Amino acid sequence: MTDLATFRAETRAWLEENCPPPMRTWMPEDEQVAGGKKAVWKRPEQKIWLDRMAAKGWTAPTWPKKYGGGGLSNDEALILEEEMQDLGCRAPLRGMGLSMLGPVLLEYGTEEQRQTHLPPIIKGEIRWCQGYSEPEAGSDLASLRTRAVLQGEHFLVNGHKIWTSNAHHSDWIFCLVRTDPTVKKHDGISFLLIDMSDPGVRPRPIRLISGASVFCETFIENVRVPAGNLVGELNKGWTIAKRLLEHERKGIGGIGARQAAKFETPVEQRAKQYVGEVDGRIADASLREKIAAYNIDAQAFQLTRRRAAEEAEAGQPPGPLSAMFKYYATELNKRRYETILDVEGFQGLGWEGDGFNDDEIRLTREWLRAKANTIEGGTSEVQLNIIAKRVLGLPD
Amino acid sequence: MAMILTEEARMVRDSALGFFRERSPITELRKLRDSNDPVGFSRALWAQMAELGWTGFLVPEEYGGSAFGIAGLAQVMEAAGRTLTASPLLSTALLGACLVSTAGSEAQKSDILPALVTGERILALALEEGTRHAPHSIALKAQKDGAGYRLSGRKTFVLDGHIADTLIVAANTGGGTTLFLVPSTASGVARTRLSMVDSRNAANIAFDNVAVGADAVLGPVEGGAAILDTALDYARAGLAAEMLGSANEAFDRTVQYLKDRKQFGVAIGSFQALKHRAAQMFCEVEVTRSAVMAATAALDQGGNDAAALVSLAKAKANQTFFLCGNEGVQMHGGIGMTDEHEIGFFTKRARVAIATFGDTVFHQDRFAHSMGY
Ligand SMILES: Cc1cc2nc3c(=O)[nH]c(=O)nc-3n(C[C@H](O)[C@H](O)[C@H](O)COP(=O)(O)OP(=O)(O)OC[C@H]3O[C@@H](n4cnc5c(N)ncnc54)[C@H](O)[C@@H]3O)c2cc1C
Repeated sequence: MTDLATFRAETRAWLEENCPPPMRTWMPEDEQVAGGKKAVWKRPEQKIWLDRMAAKGWTAPTWPKKYGGGGLSNDEALILEEEMQDLGCRAPLRGMGLSMLGPVLLEYGTEEQRQTHLPPIIKGEIRWCQGYSEPEAGSDLASLRTRAVLQGEHFLVNGHKIWTSNAHHSDWIFCLVRTDPTVKKHDGISFLLIDMSDPGVRPRPIRLISGASVFCETFIENVRVPAGNLVGELNKGWTIAKRLLEHERKGIGGIGARQAAKFETPVEQRAKQYVGEVDGRIADASLREKIAAYNIDAQAFQLTRRRAAEEAEAGQPPGPLSAMFKYYATELNKRRYETILDVEGFQGLGWEGDGFNDDEIRLTREWLRAKANTIEGGTSEVQLNIIAKRVLGLPD
Repeated sequence: MAMILTEEARMVRDSALGFFRERSPITELRKLRDSNDPVGFSRALWAQMAELGWTGFLVPEEYGGSAFGIAGLAQVMEAAGRTLTASPLLSTALLGACLVSTAGSEAQKSDILPALVTGERILALALEEGTRHAPHSIALKAQKDGAGYRLSGRKTFVLDGHIADTLIVAANTGGGTTLFLVPSTASGVARTRLSMVDSRNAANIAFDNVAVGADAVLGPVEGGAAILDTALDYARAGLAAEMLGSANEAFDRTVQYLKDRKQFGVAIGSFQALKHRAAQMFCEVEVTRSAVMAATAALDQGGNDAAALVSLAKAKANQTFFLCGNEGVQMHGGIGMTDEHEIGFFTKRARVAIATFGDTVFHQDRFAHSMGY
C-alpha cells in the first residue's frame, strides 16, 4: 500500500472507532459546535467528538503539530475530509478561529501570538468573532472609524462594530481599527486582537429575518489592549484584512458541499413528494425544467471546483477561477432554497406551530438565512467588482 | 484528472488555435458568404485539416485514423469555434466517423472511413424532419422492396447536406428507426441548399422512392435509435466545445472593446453596469468549460453518466453562447449592429448552434430524465 492508502485505511478505522453514532447524522444549523467558554452542549457526544478530534489535531488538520494541529499534508487532509463525508461525520468544530484567524496568524502572527492563540482555537476553548463591519463601513470596509491610539504599552480602543456574527457567544474578537486617521484610508488600518472579557466590549444581539439572532452590534468603549496584540505592523492591517477575507470567501464559496451531500434530500426527490410523479417523472413539467436548470448549474459549478482543485494539484498557479466561487456558490444556494420553496407550495410558507412539519419550518428559516450568503463576507456586487478588476482588468 | 488537459490534448489545442487564427479568420467566412460559394467551406482548408489528422480522431487505426478521442477533437472544435470556421468537422469528422465506426460493417468501414480520413469523402446525417431536434420521431419511410428498400420522405436542416457524398438517412421501417447509407447522387434524391443566418451549410432533402440495396443498411435493422443516441452525444459534446470557443471569443472581444471604447471621457468598461455583466459572462464561460471537459472525458472513458453530462454541457453551451453573443452586440452599441463588424456573426451563429442537436429545453428535459426525474 502506498503511504496515502495506508493513511486512508487508518483514518477510516479511527473514525469508525471514535466518531459517536449521533455525530454521524445530519447536523442541523443549531447543533453546529463553535466551542468557547460560553459553549452550550446540546448533546454530550458533541463534546466527546470534539475532544477526540482535537486531541489528534484534526479540528485543524493542516496546522503544524507544534501548535496542536494535525500536521497533515493537503493530500492527507483531503482524505480525512473524504472519509468523514463518506461516514457522514459532522464537523467537530467550526468557527472563525479555525477558518479565518488561524490561517492569518500562521502567515502574519508572531511566534508568541501563535503559541498563545492557536492551541485554544484547535481545542475549541476560545471562540473568536470578526470585528470588521461598522455602521458606516460595509462594502466600503476601509472607511472604518473604530479608533485605536497607542499609549505606551497599550492601545486605547473606542468604536462601534456591527453585524458581528456570534459576538455574544464569543470570547475574543479580531478587529480592524484605525491607527492613523491622517493618511489615505487603506494606509491607516491595523489588525488587533481584543479580549472580550473587558467590560468595555459590549455585544448586543440583533434579530435576523429568519428569526435567529446570529449577529450583534458591538460597542467598544475605552478598552485597553496590550500592544503585543497587534498582528503584523502598525498601519499595515489592510493587507492582512484582505487575506482574511480570502479565507472567509473560500469558506462561504464551499457552501453546500461537505455533509449536505450525504444527508440533504435532493430537490427533485422533494418535488416528487410534493407534486407527485407520472411515469417516474415529476408531474409538473415546468417545475421539472426549473429543477433541472438549477441542478445543471449546480453541477457545472461543482465541476468547476473540481477543475480548480485538479489544476492546483497539478501545480498550476491559482488561476482566475477562485475569484468566482463566493459569488457563484452563494447565488446558487439562494436559488436552491427558492426552488425548494417553489416545490413545497403552501407547505413552504410556515413560520412555526401546527400544520407544518419540522423539516418544512427548518427549510423556510434556512431560505431566509441564505439571503445573507450574498451579503456577508463581501456582497455579490463587490465580488463582481473584484472579478471585473482583477480578472478582466477593466478600469476603475 | 479529467478536468485538466493531457499534454497531447494541449498540443492539439495550441496547434489548432494557431491554425484557425492564421488560415481561417472570420474574414474567410465572410468571403464564402459574399461570394455565394457553392461549397460553403474551403476544400483546401479541409484537406489541410485532414492532413493534420483531425478527421481521424474518432476513426480506428486500421482505417487510417488515430482514435485519439473526443476530448482531443473537442480542442479542434473549440479552436474552430473561435474563428467561426465553416467546415465539415461536425457532419463528417464527428457524426459521420462516429456512426460508421460504431455501426458499420467491415465493407462499409473500409469503403468510407479511409476516404473520410483523407478528407475526400463528406458525410451528412439526414435526421431532422420537423421544426426542432427530435431524434426519436422519424416519419421518412423505408419500405422493403425485394432484397433492398425504397425511401420516401423529407429531411430538413441536414448539415452539409448540399455537398455531402454520402447521406446517412434515419428512416422508419415500421417497427423502429433504421439507418441507411445513401449516395447523394442516387436517383430520387433532391437537395435544396439552405441559406442560413450563420452563413454555414445545410440543406433540405427530399427522397422520392429512392432505391437502395440491403447492404446500405448501417447497423442492425431497427437498431438505429440506439446508434443515433450515442453518435449524437459525441456530436453534441463536440458542438458544445465549438460553442464554448465561439462564446469565449465573443466574450474576449467584448471585454477588449470595453477597454478601448471611450464615452463621457472614460473607457466604457469603467461603468459598473457593464462591469458586472462582463463578470457574470466570465463565470458562465468558466462553468461551461468545466461542463464540456467533463462531458468529453466521460465519453472517452465510456462512463455511464456520459449522456447526462453531455446534456448538461450542451444546455450550458447553449445558454452561455446565447448570453455572450447578445451581450456582445449590446455592449458594442451601434457598431455591433453593422455587418462590417464581426461581433454580429457570433449572435447569428449562436442561434443556429443552439437549435442544432437540441436546444436548452430539450437538454434540460433529457438531463432530468437521465437523472431519474
Ligand atoms: C448574516 C451576516 C453575518 C455577518 N457577519 C459579519 C461579521 O461577523 N463580522 C463583520 O465584520 N461583518 C459581518 N457581516 C457584515 C457584512 O460583511 C456586510 O453586511 C457586507 O460587507 C455589506 O455591507 P453593508 O451591510 O454595509 O451593505 P452596503 O455596503 O451598504 O451595501 C448595500 C448594497 O449596496 C451595494 N453596494 C455597496 N457598494 C457597492 C459598490 N461599490 N458597487 C456596487 N454595489 C455596491 C451592496 O452590494 C448592497 O447590495 C455580516 C453580514 C450578514 C448579513
